[in-house]
Amino acid sequence: MTTAPTIPAALGTVAIRSENLFRHYRMGESVIRAVDGVSLEIRSGEFVALLGSSGSGKSSMLNLIAGLDRPTSGSVFVQERDLAKLSREELAKYRLHVVGMVFQSFNLIPSMTVTENVELPLRFAEVDRGRRDSLARESLERVGLKARMSHRPSELSGGEQQRAALARALINRPQLLLADEPTGNLDSHTGTEIMDMVRDFNRELGMTVVMVTHERALAERYAQRMIFLADGKLVDDRDNSPSLGTGTEGGRA
Amino acid sequence: MNFPDLTELALRNLRESLLRNSLTTVGISVGVASLVAMLSLGTGLQQMLSRRLEKSGLFDTVFVSSRRDLRSGRQEERSGPTPGESRVLDEAARMEMEHLPNVKEVFPDIRFSTELQFEDKPHLTMISALPLSAKSNDSFDGMQGSFFSSDTAPEVILQKSFAEELVGKTPPLGEPEPSVVELAKPLLGKALTMRYAQRGESADQPQAQGPENKENEPAGASYSVVSREQKLKIVGILDLDPESMRGPMRARVFLPTRFAENLHVMQLVDLREISRAASKEPVYSSISVRVKDPSRIQGVEDAIKKMGFTTFSILDASRSLQQVFRVLYAFLGIFGSLALIVASIGIVNTLVMAILERRREIGIMKAIGASDGDVKKLFFAEAGAMGIAGGIIGVVLGWAIGQVINFGTNVYLKSQSIPPEHFWAVPLWLVAFAIGFACFVSLISGLYPAGRAAKLDPVQALRYE
Repeated sequence: MTTAPTIPAALGTVAIRSENLFRHYRMGESVIRAVDGVSLEIRSGEFVALLGSSGSGKSSMLNLIAGLDRPTSGSVFVQERDLAKLSREELAKYRLHVVGMVFQSFNLIPSMTVTENVELPLRFAEVDRGRRDSLARESLERVGLKARMSHRPSELSGGEQQRAALARALINRPQLLLADEPTGNLDSHTGTEIMDMVRDFNRELGMTVVMVTHERALAERYAQRMIFLADGKLVDDRDNSPSLGTGTEGGRA
Repeated sequence: MNFPDLTELALRNLRESLLRNSLTTVGISVGVASLVAMLSLGTGLQQMLSRRLEKSGLFDTVFVSSRRDLRSGRQEERSGPTPGESRVLDEAARMEMEHLPNVKEVFPDIRFSTELQFEDKPHLTMISALPLSAKSNDSFDGMQGSFFSSDTAPEVILQKSFAEELVGKTPPLGEPEPSVVELAKPLLGKALTMRYAQRGESADQPQAQGPENKENEPAGASYSVVSREQKLKIVGILDLDPESMRGPMRARVFLPTRFAENLHVMQLVDLREISRAASKEPVYSSISVRVKDPSRIQGVEDAIKKMGFTTFSILDASRSLQQVFRVLYAFLGIFGSLALIVASIGIVNTLVMAILERRREIGIMKAIGASDGDVKKLFFAEAGAMGIAGGIIGVVLGWAIGQVINFGTNVYLKSQSIPPEHFWAVPLWLVAFAIGFACFVSLISGLYPAGRAAKLDPVQALRYE
């Protein structure tokens, strides 16, 4: 958090590329075109905001990148992997090792303590207990939640829950952090805290961040690039980096 | 996910909806209990029956007779050496049999009909000798008095019907019989006088004395018959009839074997065998050979046949009995399993419910990297854990049910003055089998829910709050 930004080092190579991506849902008689021919490129180390009103297809786009969903046609490449061609098993491995996800509703498992939630991905990765404990501790320390390790999610505030979710997303050292309205359930102050943390991950750990939001102000303050979607189509793609460089400190006030 | 993690998570999930999972587990344990109860009843009955049969002395005994004894008319059953090779059933043959492997004891069947005097009244009856080992025979359950004090004691045990005759209390048909306790009072410790025909020791001075002399001397043989009297002490009254299967030949009065032998009573068979007997040694009409283990009976029987004697055992009867028990097992097992199958439907139900409840949780796990296999294994582990727990509780429950039923039945048997029985057995293999089977059935039941959970679409699962 004190080190200088390391963005340029990782920038340049393509992290995510979608080609003519379609995702259609059938709902009774009608077909919903959630993602409708999107082609885009996100470079490694970028902080990108996916913007749009509800139903614009931004969450569907994120799910396709996360490998939670498969495209109807077209393809998504993440670090040269064609997600459409991966088996279910390989997709699970991809989600486990390459992607970290944060959600609007935190999505912690209520029956588990904070530590257990955070180390859950390590169980799927079959990491042994001793190493799991130290990694979870480290991860929780990073999000400032060490004091709450043995609490259950219901005993935490919204901000704390989202921090726990961030710690969980971080634990497998993924290259990609996908956030779906991460501040949607938080007040603006806590939201800012969370976003600062996400930006730190982007800068210090070199993680590529794709954040879905409908708050343009939030995107303008944190993202280097803003991609606008409407009715499943890409309508605008603009650079936001100049304002970021100067507006960081002022934006926090 | 590795096994310890899987177990830990599965148990945690089971604890989360404790009531429902406990009820499902109870269902399994009731199923297992019924299976265990059924099969342990089968095992117990079989053990009880073979215990009884072993005690009856039928299954471990080979009856040996001389081939020359044609009286039985069972000539067609004989196989092996021709009659020319047949031997006399004498002391030498007896010694030889005693030295065969797996033979526990050899004793002659001494059986004769004679007159017993009690309080100056004569009673004609069949007398037979009992070896001391017969004491363990379950015919002696409920005997009044005691068994012979030694193999040579001049003591006698009476069967109940003969005791009735002695005290003059033979009840008319249809009326309740006097109890053996009642009969024992006037008889125990009293003396009987037995009058019998003794085969003479000296072979060169043939004498014929007494009314029991049935002499019909074959050419060339020389022996004497002496009328004798012997005082006997009544030591026991039998309630049951140890020779019920012998029909009209059955004895109602019993003497110790060695004592009976020393009497040298003239037996029917002597008349025919005596001519062949080279010495003064006794000749037996038949001999009973007891083996150490009923499973060895075939070998002993074959060995005796080779010696040139006719043998008979109830081995084949015991074989068909095992067949009957196999069928009984199958039936009991099928009925016992029914409850377990019903319980397994409970597992399916519980796990399908759990999928609905934990939809979101499954979605989360998949989103953070759980594979289909991980989710499947987790549900499988939950089903397996319920199966093992249900199996263990069920075995204990089944055992307890057995104990209660056994106890209850014995209370009833006691009220009917029948000695108690232990007809309930839970062998170790049954415990292992029941738990294993419960686990197996649970895993089978877990197949469908686990598959369904694994196929859950994470996007759908995470969509709803």
